[in-house]
Amino acid sequence: MSEFLISITPIDWLLDPLTHDFMRRALMVSALVGGVCGLLSCYMTLKGWALMGDAVSHAVMPGVVVAYALGLPFSLGAFVFGVGSVALIGFVKQKSRIKEDTVIGLVFTGFFALGLVLVSKIKSNIDLMQILFGSPLGISRSDVNQTLIISFIVISILLIFRKDLMLYCFDAKHARSIGINTGMLHYLLLTLLSLSAVVGLQTVGIILVVAMLITPGATAYLLTDRFDKMTLLAVISSSFSSILGVYISYWSDIETGGSIVLVQTLIFLIAFLFAPRYGIFKNQTFINNN
Amino acid sequence: MNPIFKSHEKDFMRIEADQVCVDYNGTVALYDASLNLKAGSICGLVGMNGAGKSTFFKALMGFVRPSRGKIRINGIKVNQAQREQSVAYVPQNEGIDYSFPVSVWDVVMMGRYGSMNIFRIPRESDRRAVVHALERVDLLDLRGRPIGSLSGGQRKRAFLARAIAQRASVLLLDEPFSGVDVPTEKLMAELFLQFRQEGHTILISTHDLNHVRDFCDFVVLINKTVLAYGETSEVFTSENLNKTFGGIPPNPLSGPTSSKDFLNE
Repeated sequence: MSEFLISITPIDWLLDPLTHDFMRRALMVSALVGGVCGLLSCYMTLKGWALMGDAVSHAVMPGVVVAYALGLPFSLGAFVFGVGSVALIGFVKQKSRIKEDTVIGLVFTGFFALGLVLVSKIKSNIDLMQILFGSPLGISRSDVNQTLIISFIVISILLIFRKDLMLYCFDAKHARSIGINTGMLHYLLLTLLSLSAVVGLQTVGIILVVAMLITPGATAYLLTDRFDKMTLLAVISSSFSSILGVYISYWSDIETGGSIVLVQTLIFLIAFLFAPRYGIFKNQTFINNN
Repeated sequence: MNPIFKSHEKDFMRIEADQVCVDYNGTVALYDASLNLKAGSICGLVGMNGAGKSTFFKALMGFVRPSRGKIRINGIKVNQAQREQSVAYVPQNEGIDYSFPVSVWDVVMMGRYGSMNIFRIPRESDRRAVVHALERVDLLDLRGRPIGSLSGGQRKRAFLARAIAQRASVLLLDEPFSGVDVPTEKLMAELFLQFRQEGHTILISTHDLNHVRDFCDFVVLINKTVLAYGETSEVFTSENLNKTFGGIPPNPLSGPTSSKDFLNE
């Protein structure tokens, strides 16, 4: 294996995978999903919704199973259960004295467990590993179409409501005081979260999709003080991670979802250490200078 | 009259509250609170912590729905007035995340969102309004700075500039003087007097009696309801203040804010 790696040039390394139809598809879908999730991750990290992202992405599990069993598009089932989990979290929180993070943990594990039970009970050719860990290299044409449509919807809404959602994350009270419907924005953001989780689980699977929804935002947050730059950096780092992750997965024969998320985590680590203003080494020199 | 106001806004009381009651799950926070404020006036809203000041504010901003009574701003309903950008709210800023990646300019521009189209793309007039607002609070030089890098007083001024940029005829300010430095306090006091001149109506929630005496034309003393309301010189009697502060006479010079502060002294 290592001899083989040494023998190829970087150009081959980049171009060889592109000769395969499935790899072109995988790279395109992963880059797109990375961009969508990266864009949304800015709002998730600024709003403090990381746990919510984890919850929604796990809660879509039974939806995927049921949709497969009924022969429906799996994104439809995932979306219904994603939004349903959010509604249930809101309902339980309102009607009981339990704190929100407990409710979130309770609801999403419940949904996830239901999904696991359904997989083992419903007779079908669902591959549990594919749902849990994603398989962009084996993505079908119809799944590609679903991903394209959902991505287009999410990106359009995020672009249209970019400023409103930013204001909602920053100062919801002010948004309300100038006549903006913040209740609508709240549910819009949750809907976008569900949709992004649906596309994200295609590439990295249910377990790791939350990484797609928070890591790029967190990385970008360390690099800039401007919101527009943050969204741009998050999208770039996220898409780049997806592409590089797929390449590494192809050449090293490692699990693709894990590979993508590891690249993302490494980029975060670099930002965490060396970010010009907020990296820890920068802080050190800052302290020394004083 | 300042030309920025819409023509119909002149004809009405700026703020009209009639027998407003608010309760939270059966606990009465405010009852029978009435208030009428005309154009070009500054009114102080004075009471102890927990006396219902912020509840009254929330009701005026439509954040809580009164269980009884009615509120009109410029003669129209609160949510309608908000959509018309005729009322601006300057919060105490406790819930703001100051590490949010926005600049001073961005924050002040948020005051213009309600006047923009759905994409919130600033026009030339929006940019002018922001520049003007930043000039008035003396922050134009710092417009590119991240909001989190400002001092406490500068942050307060930035949020005031946001309200100015909104060009509302009614300004609601929640404890504007708490935790600000002396230059900022002076600048804000001067600004408020200018606003009055321009025909704005300002309602200031405060527990500092000196500020009320200095520039409030009217004062509302509040303790679960409006205890006294009228011109500052008439309402500001020691008897009324006693009632407001629950029998504990506030020191007129230092102006303790609540019975707790009083005991701490």
